[in-house]
Amino acid sequence: MYEGVVQNLIDELGLLPGVGPKSAQRIAFHLLAADPADVKRLAHALLEVKEKVRFCRTCGNVASEEECRICRDARRDTHVICVVEESKDVVAIEKTREFRGTYHVLGGAISPIDGVGPDDLRIRELMTRLADGRVTELILATDPNLEGEATATYLARLVKPMGVKVTRLASGLPVGGDLEYADEVTLGRAFEGRRLLDV
Amino acid sequence: MHVAHLSLTDFRSYASVELGLEPGVTAFVGPNGQGKTNLVEALGYVATHSSHRVAGDAPLVRQGATRAVIRCAVQRDDRRALIELEINPGRANRARLNRSPVPRARDVVGLLRTVLFAPEDLSLSKGDPSERRRFLDDLLVARAPRFAGVRADYDRVLKQRGALLRTAAQARRGSRSARRAESDTGFAAAGAGDVLSTLEVWDAHLARHGAELLRARLELIEALHPLVAGAYAALAPASAPATLAYRSTLSTGGDNDEGGELLEDAGERGSSAAQTLSTDLGKTLEERIRERLLEVRQSELERGVTLVGPHRDDLILGLGDLPARGYASHGESWSFALALRLAAYDLLRADGGDPVLILDDVFAELDTQRRRRLAEIVAPAEQVLITAAVPDDVPRELSGGRYDVAEGSVTRVR
Ligand SMILES: Nc1ncnc2c1ncn2[C@@H]1O[C@H](COP(=O)(O)OP(=O)(O)O)[C@@H](O)[C@H]1O
Ligand SMILES: [Mg+2]
Ligand SMILES: [Zn+2]
Repeated sequence: MYEGVVQNLIDELGLLPGVGPKSAQRIAFHLLAADPADVKRLAHALLEVKEKVRFCRTCGNVASEEECRICRDARRDTHVICVVEESKDVVAIEKTREFRGTYHVLGGAISPIDGVGPDDLRIRELMTRLADGRVTELILATDPNLEGEATATYLARLVKPMGVKVTRLASGLPVGGDLEYADEVTLGRAFEGRRLLDV
Repeated sequence: MHVAHLSLTDFRSYASVELGLEPGVTAFVGPNGQGKTNLVEALGYVATHSSHRVAGDAPLVRQGATRAVIRCAVQRDDRRALIELEINPGRANRARLNRSPVPRARDVVGLLRTVLFAPEDLSLSKGDPSERRRFLDDLLVARAPRFAGVRADYDRVLKQRGALLRTAAQARRGSRSARRAESDTGFAAAGAGDVLSTLEVWDAHLARHGAELLRARLELIEALHPLVAGAYAALAPASAPATLAYRSTLSTGGDNDEGGELLEDAGERGSSAAQTLSTDLGKTLEERIRERLLEVRQSELERGVTLVGPHRDDLILGLGDLPARGYASHGESWSFALALRLAAYDLLRADGGDPVLILDDVFAELDTQRRRRLAEIVAPAEQVLITAAVPDDVPRELSGGRYDVAEGSVTRVR
């Protein structure tokens, strides 16, 4: 235990995701030794981000008002929710102009190594959105890596009893890539996950 | 295939060296510590992107330099590929193929295929199960580079699942002494309910990737078995026959540390080991892994480690009715290790493209009879590269080109 204010800082830092007691202590002493101007800048950045950026109360996307631009848009189809890990994934999908439904931003993926479990993600909020039975399809667009897959599996199991249709983005060859130059792992998975073509 | 040219920059002891090579036998001769193994290690690295001697890449870069470059020209039929590999310890390697950069260094894995025999191979028969698992998995990757991904995925699931089990184990201890647990785990927020609900998800992924790796290993062992038996008989005709079996943590009664029951004669009975493992109930390997995970869950939660899966399996080498490990003589252990490498060579050759054979200082380890037999077996290969401390260590059957290696300079003598 350290003097009151130092211990206070360590305790606060320890609440951050992925920061254990040891790291919290290391960061605290780093800050103690740092130039006061640097620390002021950090403090300012922390306050500013809270003042100027907020998260949509419905979907968790970054927003400048209570709700984000997409949730406020009456033309969006609220029967379909696309689940992504981060706000930047919303931007990427919006660029395709393919999707007219709404989003749900989890704020990460399940990763025990980083100390992230389901309770650390916006999953309870998602369940609330599904509760009234109006949503007909849930598209799981978490990253095509192990943690993203695990998160998708977890959600699919959780949602199953509710009878909502659950789909997963096909992971395969990057569009615009040349089959010949795709790496073998991707190509192998693309073959594995191939589906019948409806004509 | 054969290597036509090798050039090294800041690799191991070499600031810079250039060698021309031909098909057939080439020997590198010189006293110990002069840089013979360093030359062939570079070729092994081009083939697998790892060294047969060290786990990390840092020792491969010449002391004082920041990166090493290996360039080699590989001739296959009438086509020549120039592979350039830059080794950057701690950062991603970079590669060029025929002078054009490739997106990722691993895109050039498999263009040169080698089978490398080294004194370290004795640990295949005498060492820990991890040595034999690595032998199997390296061979899987050499035959189909896609398995590099399967292996990486499986390792990642193990890490994630391990972290989760450790949290669970700590939480359990914590419920006995709640205060301690909270200060021990950095994220006391992840409650026990969380752990169990996500454990099932990791079980599913462990089972999927584990089953893929396991199935591939079992098929590989089936293909290897007759080849190993044949190579061993040729090396040691008077000895009892060599057998391979797979010890799997999937077989029941195997939650001890030594793993599960032995699957006899993986290859010989025609019935596949995969079938034996998934029992006769028509279950898939994936289902079997999930079933076993449920059986051992209690001990996993107590110990905080994953107890079932290919990462705890072993390839059991047998001589007649006895296991080689602990029973085989020194000479028999050597013959078995060589037989495994020769079988790998046969398999890769059957896949197409005769791999380059590298024999690093192995003849000195063998008695006269094994030396001669090994020489006879490898002589017909398209290219054989040998290192030896004295010319007499190279069997007469393998006379060919010769370089002398002394104090870091490599000189052609023949
Ligand atoms: N990264 C390195 N930088 C400089 N010298 C090295 C490096 N790694 C190994 N060496 C030197 O290389 C020599 C060993 O070379 P090696 O090829 O194993 O010998 P041998 O001829 O016995 O096979 C030793 O003298 C060792 O000091
Ligand atoms: Mg050597
Ligand atoms: Zn929104």
